[in-house]
Amino acid sequence: MAVTMLAPLAIILVYSFLTRGAYGGVEAPSTIENYTRLWDPVYAAIILRSLWISAVATALCLILGFPLALFIARSGARKNLYLGLVILPFWTSFLIRTYAWMFILRDTGIVNSVLQSLGLIPEPLPLLYNNGAVILGLVYGFLPFMVLPLYATLERLDPSLLEAAADLGARPWDALVRVILPLCAPGIRAGAILTFVPCLGTYLTSDLLGGSKTVLIGNLVQNQFTASRDWPFGAALSLALMAIAIGLLFTVRRRGEELL
Amino acid sequence: MASETVLELRQVSKAFATHRAVADVSLVIPRGAFFSLLGPSGCGKTTILRMIAGFETPTSGEVWLNGECINALPPYRRNVNTVFQGYALFPHLTVQGNVEFGLVYKKGHKKGTDDINRVNEVLKQVRLEGKSSRRTSELSGGERQRVALARAIVLQPDVLLLDEPLSALDPQLRKQVRGELRDLQRRLGVTFLFVTHDQEEALSMSDQIAVMNAGLLEQVGTPREIYARPRSRFVADFLGEMNWIGGIGVRPEAVSITSQGQKALVTGVTYLGSFCRIEMKLESGDLLAAHAPPGIAFTTGQAVCFTWNREDEIHL
Repeated sequence: MAVTMLAPLAIILVYSFLTRGAYGGVEAPSTIENYTRLWDPVYAAIILRSLWISAVATALCLILGFPLALFIARSGARKNLYLGLVILPFWTSFLIRTYAWMFILRDTGIVNSVLQSLGLIPEPLPLLYNNGAVILGLVYGFLPFMVLPLYATLERLDPSLLEAAADLGARPWDALVRVILPLCAPGIRAGAILTFVPCLGTYLTSDLLGGSKTVLIGNLVQNQFTASRDWPFGAALSLALMAIAIGLLFTVRRRGEELL
Repeated sequence: MASETVLELRQVSKAFATHRAVADVSLVIPRGAFFSLLGPSGCGKTTILRMIAGFETPTSGEVWLNGECINALPPYRRNVNTVFQGYALFPHLTVQGNVEFGLVYKKGHKKGTDDINRVNEVLKQVRLEGKSSRRTSELSGGERQRVALARAIVLQPDVLLLDEPLSALDPQLRKQVRGELRDLQRRLGVTFLFVTHDQEEALSMSDQIAVMNAGLLEQVGTPREIYARPRSRFVADFLGEMNWIGGIGVRPEAVSITSQGQKALVTGVTYLGSFCRIEMKLESGDLLAAHAPPGIAFTTGQAVCFTWNREDEIHL
């Protein structure tokens, strides 16, 4: 088990210190040039863009996911039905679902054709192939990863604490801010990690919904292993991605608390 | 004690989907009283408390606080506070954080050192000085109970609602806390509405007791009235022990074993330290329990005589 998990990582690590081969693959001599290239403004910009798009998507997942998780946790006997609905999209391929968004958002897609036939817009709105479309796709794809850990902590929340808050004079909003949110911090952290990390590594969503304008780290890595045939640089990029993810994991972890 | 009313229930009923929890209960609670709601579990006493706090809405009837009907007010707008059965302390806050939680919602609240002084004052009253920066998880059961108390009384409620606040404590501590709670209530002059299923607790602490059974109010009175002059068979049996001989009730401690009087045979003797419980069988076949001084040794099968005073009889 450990070998099968670690072997590919070890190979990537070794590749990242080698020189690219003429037709793909790797050659000697060893070099650290693949890592120094990461600071090139072109790549740094892509890494930064990946970070902020993932951050926005995670924040939106939290804003949308929290009320949803609260609603599910409070819905008594219907809990399992609603949880099933949250997980339902996983039963079809992420690729197919992302293609479905293309059909919704493109110029001749559902949204634009409805708006146009109603005479509300003269020209199709540019809904597809921009950062917004990528963020939409990410939020859609990873919302369940936020909702499930949030639900788990909300469901365990002792309802008498909310009664106590109301009893002491707190309106519902105050109770949310002063009692529910602090007690759900572990769930929020877990949900944020589970959402942010896969967003950071995504290439499918940005490829299909972002087009050529929104290149993220994931696309860059994919590109090095395919079109560019620069395996060592691709390996260095993916390790950098991993380092960012692990760094974040340790940052949001509270002292004495388990990772995830 | 002033007889001014602070809290009043007017024909309050509460029905849940499957059963009727409270039926037509009317109560008048004087300001400054230690008032207990006593009854077995499921009798509706906690439901009454929750309707006063605002967590449940009466199906019919009205709750009046300070001469104002509060049926429509949400819990956070009622000037009553609750000591919850499990205390419901906020685990993410310190003792200080718990106690000052509600202060910001008080009318005319200003940020500043006022809060700290009030919190310290209250912590001193419940003997928790020096523990203000502790997490609630680091406290003992008794300390947690006092934090719950401090958190409520710091807000100076018109009525403090206590939902079986001693039931989570171990029996040894419970007796000690009874006295402390009673003293605190006297010192503060706050009206306490105390829910319990423990008759000894109710008798020892209360100015007045309302006995409830199956959603109905059985009797309201002072501990002495309730115990000595029960108005229903339920009240008579629920508080202490009662012998029923031909429709007349008499308490075991009112029965004395004498040299002459009615005859009976001793069927059981239980030595209980401060007294001896004697079970007897009368000629009529009725069973009778009596409390005798512990010094006299009775034996099973012994023929004895007994009597009691007329004024100790209970006629229903």
